[in-house]
Amino acid sequence: MKVLANWSVRIGGAALLVLVLVAAAAPWLGTVDPTLFDAASRDLRPGEAGEVTTLEGETIRHVFLMGSDSFGRDIYSRVLYGARVSLVVGISAALVALFFGVLLGLAAGYVRALDGPLMRVMDGIMAIPAILIAIALVALWRATLPTVIFAIAIPEIPRVARLVRALALSIREEPYVEAAVALGTPAARIMFSHILPNCVAPLLVQATYTCAFAILLEAILSFLGVGLSPDIPTWGNIMAEGRVQFVAYPHNVFFPGVFLAVTVLAVNILGDGLRDTLDPKMAKRV
Amino acid sequence: MYNFILKRLLSTIPVLLVVAVLVFSLLRLTPGDPAAIMAGDAANAEQIERIRAGLGLDQPIVLQFGIWLGRVVKGDLGESFYFRIGVAELIRQRLEPTFALAALTILMAVLVAVPLGVAAAWRFGGWFDRALMGFSVMGFSVPVFVLAYLLIWLVSLKLGWLPVQGYRRLADGFLPFIRHLILPAITLSVIYIALIARVTRASVLEALGEDYIRTARAKGLPEMRVLVRHALANAAVPIATVIGIGVAILIGGVVVTESVYAIPGLGRLTVDAVLARDFPTIQGVILFFSCVYVLVNLLIDVSYVFLDPRIRY
Repeated sequence: MKVLANWSVRIGGAALLVLVLVAAAAPWLGTVDPTLFDAASRDLRPGEAGEVTTLEGETIRHVFLMGSDSFGRDIYSRVLYGARVSLVVGISAALVALFFGVLLGLAAGYVRALDGPLMRVMDGIMAIPAILIAIALVALWRATLPTVIFAIAIPEIPRVARLVRALALSIREEPYVEAAVALGTPAARIMFSHILPNCVAPLLVQATYTCAFAILLEAILSFLGVGLSPDIPTWGNIMAEGRVQFVAYPHNVFFPGVFLAVTVLAVNILGDGLRDTLDPKMAKRV
Repeated sequence: MYNFILKRLLSTIPVLLVVAVLVFSLLRLTPGDPAAIMAGDAANAEQIERIRAGLGLDQPIVLQFGIWLGRVVKGDLGESFYFRIGVAELIRQRLEPTFALAALTILMAVLVAVPLGVAAAWRFGGWFDRALMGFSVMGFSVPVFVLAYLLIWLVSLKLGWLPVQGYRRLADGFLPFIRHLILPAITLSVIYIALIARVTRASVLEALGEDYIRTARAKGLPEMRVLVRHALANAAVPIATVIGIGVAILIGGVVVTESVYAIPGLGRLTVDAVLARDFPTIQGVILFFSCVYVLVNLLIDVSYVFLDPRIRY
């Protein structure tokens, strides 16, 4: 397949696959429960050995590959478990944005009466910087996994809606759509069976970028202290806790930071590769 | 020309109106008592009652919006229960650091990104071009706070060249002011440089394929003049456009950067307001930032007339 021959897709996809496997297999990769702490193992440097106390009160020896934080929690375990949160939020937010964006975009692009009002609302949402919308919604709803996903997805909906609308506007003029209309096909069927399938390639590209952005935004929310509860190990939370001691123990900030950057980079590279192979028209533009 | 500016000015009204409705409905569409949410977690029943009366919550929702919008237009953004002063005054106090940071960032980003983009287009496909494109993908991917800590660690802690964090007012002297601002501005400018360089490269590349470039070269113009006067000048409109769009990224970046570097600006105010669940302030800041974004893009639209003499409205 043409897509798999593209090196950006191969590299980005492979890196992402490794990350998904690592996140899924976190319990078997020499980790301990990421919430376990031990006063005797506080602020260890990467590679130092110490001990952790399990919930049963049993003390086990453990090598802290990435050091420990000021509670004596294992950064390595926290970073690996944090990958789960990042990936779940990134992929879910992309799917939510895609779902609502497609519905609104198809409606605006195919039903003329809806086009004006819907697109004005989308313009309004796009006039508010995404981070501010997400922050405000999280503040209002209080952060849980679903609210964080929705708060991140909502500012991304207009981007998807605009894309789908633009595509729908041109596809609706195609002869096969005209033929379907002439045959009396219901509008919903035309939108979902004739127009939507022709939007898949650009949507896939857009979804990848949305996913990268969502992973970033989740980390930013956690880092600012307005995201998921500090009990949940997320990369942003680990960094937020580590920043207090950054001067003495920079590893608490660097390890999750590197994982975050590499993950977003992998998703972006994958997106660039998909764009070059699936959507050559868009590739030429930027 | 004046007609165009007027028309373009009027076209921002529906967008701003939608923004106002969204910001207004932020509280009204959520389950719970808006007055209680507005008053904050520490408020007593009497305070809540006073806010309820002030918001006109006994009126129909459209009327409530009217009352609220009327006040906002007059510059009354309500009162912050956390900071205990008017939100408009609060924003005014926090404006200087944010404005200074944003201005320095945009200045640095344009000065760095445009020449880089032109050079990459000039040697299209060469090592420099590929390196710049690689950098630009990195620039989009490295989160601004990770970059911030990397720079603090390297420049401030290891090399000791610049202060770790904090802010000095311009009134306290230019040198301390700029020394505290330079690292945050570099941090913030990376993603902006990535964005502008990419678009500059693409638009200059397109211009370089035109016949007039061949003509300019054929008549023996120095390469520098061909690149700047002929190619770059014709690429000015998309570059200006992306600078305007990038302001949204900049505003988002300000929120994070000011938190990391402890700069007492609007970004820090946003985070503090959210942590305190101070909704009048959150609403005010969102309205303010959105207006700035819309106005900047309005100015950029108007600037097309000067950037491209062919554009006549």
